[in-house]
Amino acid sequence: MNTPLRRVGLAMLGMIILLLANATYIQIIKADDYRNDPRNKRVLLEEYARERGKIVTPDKNNQVKVLATVQQTNDRLRYLRVYNEAPMYAPVTGFYSVRYGAGGLERAEDEILNGSDDRLFVRRLSDLITGRDPRGGNIQLTINPAAQAAAYNAMDKAGFAGSVVALNPKTGEILTMVSTPSYDPNTLSAHDTEAQAAAWKTYNDDKRKPMLNRAISETYAPGSTFKLVIGAAALTDGKNKDTQLTSTDKLVVGGSELRNYNRGYCNGTPDGVTMEVALSLSCNTSFAQLAGDLGSQKVTDQAAKFGIGEDDLTVPMPVEQSCLGPSSSCLNVPDKAALMQSGIGQRDVRLTPLQNAQIVATIANGGERMKPQLVRSILAPDLSEISGFDADSLGRAMSRDSASQLRDMMVTSESKTGGDGKRDGLTIASKTGTAETGNDPKNTPPFAWYVAFAPADNPKIAVAVVVESKDVAATGGKLSAAIGRATMTAYLDGGG
Amino acid sequence: MSSPVQGAVGPTTGQSNAGVNPAAAPTRRGTELLLLGFAAIVVSAALMLVEANQEQQLTFRIFWYGLAFLGLFGIAHVAVRRFAPYADPLILPCVALLNGLGLVMIYRIDLAMTEVALRAGKQINNDVPRQILWTTVALGLFLAVLVVVKDHRTLTKYHYTFGLVGLVLLALPALLPSAIAPTINGAKIWLKVGPFSLQPGEFSKILLLVFFAAFLVAKRDLFMAAGRRVLGIDLPRARDLGPVVFAWACSLGVLVFQKDLGTSLLFFGTILVMLYVATERGIWVGLGLTLFVGGAVVAYKLFTHVQQRVANWFDPLATYAQAGGGYQIAQALFGLGTGGVGGTGLGAGRPELVPLANTDFIAAAIGEELGFIGLAALLMVYTVLALRGMRSALAVRDTFGKLLGGGLSFLLIMQVFVVVGGVTKLIPMTGITAPFLSYGGSSLLANYVLVAILLRISDAARRPQTGSRPRPVPQAPIAEAHTVMVERPT
Repeated sequence: MNTPLRRVGLAMLGMIILLLANATYIQIIKADDYRNDPRNKRVLLEEYARERGKIVTPDKNNQVKVLATVQQTNDRLRYLRVYNEAPMYAPVTGFYSVRYGAGGLERAEDEILNGSDDRLFVRRLSDLITGRDPRGGNIQLTINPAAQAAAYNAMDKAGFAGSVVALNPKTGEILTMVSTPSYDPNTLSAHDTEAQAAAWKTYNDDKRKPMLNRAISETYAPGSTFKLVIGAAALTDGKNKDTQLTSTDKLVVGGSELRNYNRGYCNGTPDGVTMEVALSLSCNTSFAQLAGDLGSQKVTDQAAKFGIGEDDLTVPMPVEQSCLGPSSSCLNVPDKAALMQSGIGQRDVRLTPLQNAQIVATIANGGERMKPQLVRSILAPDLSEISGFDADSLGRAMSRDSASQLRDMMVTSESKTGGDGKRDGLTIASKTGTAETGNDPKNTPPFAWYVAFAPADNPKIAVAVVVESKDVAATGGKLSAAIGRATMTAYLDGGG
Repeated sequence: MSSPVQGAVGPTTGQSNAGVNPAAAPTRRGTELLLLGFAAIVVSAALMLVEANQEQQLTFRIFWYGLAFLGLFGIAHVAVRRFAPYADPLILPCVALLNGLGLVMIYRIDLAMTEVALRAGKQINNDVPRQILWTTVALGLFLAVLVVVKDHRTLTKYHYTFGLVGLVLLALPALLPSAIAPTINGAKIWLKVGPFSLQPGEFSKILLLVFFAAFLVAKRDLFMAAGRRVLGIDLPRARDLGPVVFAWACSLGVLVFQKDLGTSLLFFGTILVMLYVATERGIWVGLGLTLFVGGAVVAYKLFTHVQQRVANWFDPLATYAQAGGGYQIAQALFGLGTGGVGGTGLGAGRPELVPLANTDFIAAAIGEELGFIGLAALLMVYTVLALRGMRSALAVRDTFGKLLGGGLSFLLIMQVFVVVGGVTKLIPMTGITAPFLSYGGSSLLANYVLVAILLRISDAARRPQTGSRPRPVPQAPIAEAHTVMVERPT
């Protein structure tokens, strides 16, 4: 009877070996699949069990204004993410949802906020020893609440879809990042998953795309604001603001007519105009001809120096690439006709509002381009600073002299631009733009642009405003200038 | 082996212990005590980890818990020393380790469930005090078996009684009205008496095993006789198919009337193995497997709950959202995957996300928090336990002891295979408890009885043989053969 007993013993060993082999397969080979399955709540619960860090921005009295924080709850997620002044700051903070993950800054700085970043390691270790719950680090932003509120309220009150981006030209700090229409991230971080799903569906079904951060994720034809780039290229090429440009009433470009906005001669004369007058009156023929004369090399070089074509910029959210040509060849203008049309910011030219803000900020900063940054500092859970702000130069886009000539032209341009919000004693340098869109541009509402900086002699804020207007007759001057001016004056008044 | 049946169940005069020199064969009780101490340290350390990771206060009371644990098993140890001095020294420590880790795990899941309930504003009863109570009762029963059953061969005297009681217990929940025998988790295998619920099937497993062992030993020659020879295979005679058909029918009955796949599988598999051991003929296994496959196919065709189980087995992630779908197994797999090789650490995982985490799915909880390493170690402890049982079966001198010891050892591993295999998606999930680990009184009591009998058999196997039969038993393995001269009683 011992032989069959031994065989049964072997069979028992065989069964255990089968179990071990299968456990190896499940826990080692397939482990990652199971661990990362979206239905596996363990990883997320682990993250939620930690107190997520705050997103704050300094107030005008250098007090901290809390944009995103957590509330203790009685459910098993322990902490509820709460956003203050949510729609106004939604493009800045992003969202944090159990069901849909994170977006915006919540995603870009997730490791700091959830406490898993290496820089927080020493503190995690001490938390472990002292037995305190591990907590996430905090993010302090560069946003100026006064300018953010002025820009958002102006856009929101008028019901505009669009974006306002303001930069500190000297440091690259992002002072304003507004995108309208906006959304309420509180609805996405709610712990009631049904409510989350409903909000998610509402926002995603909305044709106005409230969750799209237009400031960095959407590109628009820049229209006449692009004449600043052409102007910079011309100045770099040795021309100056008094250089004579054509004032003709029409150019035939690639089989179609290119006309001025008033459909007549620039400045009412066929005898030519100076670059300063052409820019201030925004004459299309003058700048199309100028772009064509400069040639595609000089234009694309200048554009690249301003940051167009850059595809790896993060603020720390990734910024959509701005392009001159079609998306397949971002910095390539196919022919002279395309170059001339590009010269007035049409054809395939597409800029993000942040890119356009960078261009004016660079002019304001005497030609040196600063890297736009949204994060001023990273703070440990106990609010001690882990890393501070370092202004980061991305190189010189134009000479100091060219920049000041361009600034003077923009001051003249501002004096010829209408709209509300002008203030005595404040010199603004600006350029408007009204970019045609769609296949039937004459009957499609244009994008209304206003890019500016102030004060002109000592620039403290540079701003780009774009409004996806609903009115076919809209112009940058009418719609956007007032919003841009309101943003700048709010900032300058706020002691920024 | 071909010793006459009478030799096994006959008079035991030759096996008396008179004149044994205690120094002749080491009892190895010291080893047992040492290993029990080791088990107590491991269990205390596990408890300490849970307390640390669950942010409970680390106090000196863990030391007392460890001591209480050691004290409880110390009593068992003293009982073994007194009533089965030659018993295998590894069996009790293995059981103590498994039982202790089970208690820690149940306590750990209690903490998690209490937290979940607190957040929902509810109150729940903790399981761990009851499991400690059950452990104490089980150890009492263990002691009683050791005291009452002085020689395992006496069990053969009552084997028909055991068989009948076992059968009645097995059928009881199916026959009784739902007021006393409620359907819990889809299976009608429970008896509710006041605040206690029992699974009589757990006990009937052992009773029926004892019956089958005795029955097979008594009728062994009958099964050995060859019937017709077909294609070179000796088929058993049709009328000898009785027991196997009976076992098959019982299993099917359990499956159909109680919807208890696990017990059915255990029952049938164990009896098949015993039949094979008794007759030394593989044809029984082949025949049994054929019947099993046939039964399984029919059950699959007839019952939707069987189809659902199979679908959940093939791809639990696909049936995740269905009612009665793969949610539970998927959660177990998520837990196992999250644990990975090293585990999340005791008390640092989320085993409460798996339904029934402290009973059927306790292996998933251990795999999540202790990782593959912990799960493998656990399986090794089970293996050592069962192989020591098997070793005793090999060494014991009577056929009944061999058959019973082999059957009980196999039953132990079969339980582990069915439940761990089910949790880790090796086989369809059938819902049984992990011996000594899972929460549940009936399973614990029954498995302690099983271990008591195994200890009794191992005691008989290692006890220095004296008596009227001078010739050494030929089938005793070399390792167990005593090198000392056996004295003839005077």
